[in-house]
Amino acid sequence: MYQQMAKIRAFEEQVNELYKSAKMPGLAHLYSGEEAVAVGVCEALQKTDYITSTHRGHGHCLAKGASVDRMFAELLGKEAGYCKGKGGSMHIADPDSGNLGANAIVGGSAGIATGAAFSAKMRKSNQVAVCFFGEGALGQGLLYEVMNMASLWKLPVIYVCENNLYNEYTHHSETTAGELVARAQAFGIHTEIVDGQDVHGVYAATQQLVERARRGEGPAFLQCNTYRYYGHHVGDINRAYYRPKDEEEEWKAKRDPLTKLAERLIAGKLTDQKILDRIQAEVQIEIESGVAFALNAPFPDVHEVDEDVYA
Amino acid sequence: MPEREITFAEAIREALAEEMRRDSRVFIVGEDVAEAGTPFKVLSGLVEEFGKDRVIDTPISEPGFTGIGVGAAMTGVRPVVDIMFGDFLTLTMDQIVNQAAKVHYMSGGKMKVPIVFRTTLGATRRSAAQHSQSLHAWVSHVPGLKVAIPSTPYDAKGLLKTAIRDDNPVVFFEDKLSYKLKGNVPAEEYTIPFGVADIKRKGDDITLVATSSMVQVALAAAELLNGVGISAEVIDPRTTFPLDKSALIESAKKTSRAIVIDEGYERYGVTAEIASVIADGAF
Ligand SMILES: Cc1ncc(C[n+]2csc(CCOP(=O)(O)OP(=O)(O)O)c2C)c(N)n1
Repeated sequence: MYQQMAKIRAFEEQVNELYKSAKMPGLAHLYSGEEAVAVGVCEALQKTDYITSTHRGHGHCLAKGASVDRMFAELLGKEAGYCKGKGGSMHIADPDSGNLGANAIVGGSAGIATGAAFSAKMRKSNQVAVCFFGEGALGQGLLYEVMNMASLWKLPVIYVCENNLYNEYTHHSETTAGELVARAQAFGIHTEIVDGQDVHGVYAATQQLVERARRGEGPAFLQCNTYRYYGHHVGDINRAYYRPKDEEEEWKAKRDPLTKLAERLIAGKLTDQKILDRIQAEVQIEIESGVAFALNAPFPDVHEVDEDVYA
Repeated sequence: MPEREITFAEAIREALAEEMRRDSRVFIVGEDVAEAGTPFKVLSGLVEEFGKDRVIDTPISEPGFTGIGVGAAMTGVRPVVDIMFGDFLTLTMDQIVNQAAKVHYMSGGKMKVPIVFRTTLGATRRSAAQHSQSLHAWVSHVPGLKVAIPSTPYDAKGLLKTAIRDDNPVVFFEDKLSYKLKGNVPAEEYTIPFGVADIKRKGDDITLVATSSMVQVALAAAELLNGVGISAEVIDPRTTFPLDKSALIESAKKTSRAIVIDEGYERYGVTAEIASVIADGAF
């Protein structure tokens, strides 16, 4: 899990570089700081289980099993990307690893994830579906409609709310009345709240919820408290007007998920700093070769632009 | 073969039942679709044959059950989603336009969304402004969607079977008043391909392009015209996307005149699109 989290961190650093050096079209929403959520949750899933992801989705894709080189290629709009470059940062989908796609409509994938769980139940496939979304998606009515049906029909779906405190540039306390989990509890959905910076805690909680779902006990709602280190997207640099600098520094210094995991592994004598350094160095090599692959990869042919509109 | 007459509603029901027998992945989901068989009674009897696991009543949550349909379609089953009134399409637009229509493209062709959204159009039940619209132009505008708009029991059955077998999202519009319309429908299996117009009456002097219930109106008009010595051809595109441009153009070329009759709003609508296709291609 350390290696996975380090990979996501390094991937996002590299994405930021690609943006700053104007090598990447469009924008990207970086996942740095939230790695323990994606990794902890996906560690508890099988490859055949489904996830749906969000605009801040690179971490989910990597944690579910996507490879760095084809992810970079997708971000750069290259033919070798997961979606032939037609998805880009906000729409990476990789059905081979169970990733039904990131979604640029806030809350937009709640239906898809719930529908995937519905289909899994109908096909008796024993798969579960995880719906990742930010706490901003709690403002969307779709989520409540599908949570209601998921509860009525006991669907194997887990709603993972990544509460990084901000809906874009607005603190969630200004947009969200009451307790977050109370919204799921109203439908009789089982809820848990975990420290989203503690990968073991996220993993353990998800594992239980996955088992419940596979036993046919229905949906769950997992609130993971976390924090994004960068701006809302790569271009959101001056953000003191909505988020104090001290707050950012405090989360990075005291609650960094990688540091926390490293400390725990070393304290438990499960690893030592040397091994962790080696993992970091290997990850760096993977990222560098991945980005080099993507930069050198060809763009799709012009005729591709209106292909794949219809199956 | 003796001719067999059934209603439009019966044709829809037969298409669904045959496809559900043929393919166990096909199911129906929507409001009051099971025991009630919809307010129009189009689906009566299906729950008795296929059970509540395949004819599924939902809460009154159009975006929610539409979204669940999309996710289910992406993962190996084939939903037929019932949207009771075409006016309620407006509530489902994100799921249809941003999700269903985009998934295949955005995934570079890796994922498919084989789903049918059955809904209604037409103002003639006189149910006022929120239950009378014909919004087929909205969805015809969006790449990634196909749109069928049958006018007869025969077409309704054949086109619905094609819609269910199609690997793309299809929006299927049924005129509310047509449900009781009777017509010949063979007992044998058949399907009708999308994008093939049908000449409902042959003529030489003027082309009447008509959609859905307007086909009956156009046929009545053609009969009147016949009385005064004008021979009108009535042609029904049957699907607004794909649109059988060449058949429309051929007919207009032959008659040198065309009128387009459709129940949707005129501005930026189906009539304008078809008129421009004909103006472009025939004159
Ligand atoms: C339906 C919709 N409304 C608005 C936006 C613009 N938007 C993109 S991300 C975002 C904030 C989302 O906040 P949250 O869900 O908490 O996720 P986070 O960015 O914090 O990860 C907004 C408002 C959108 N993409 N979709």
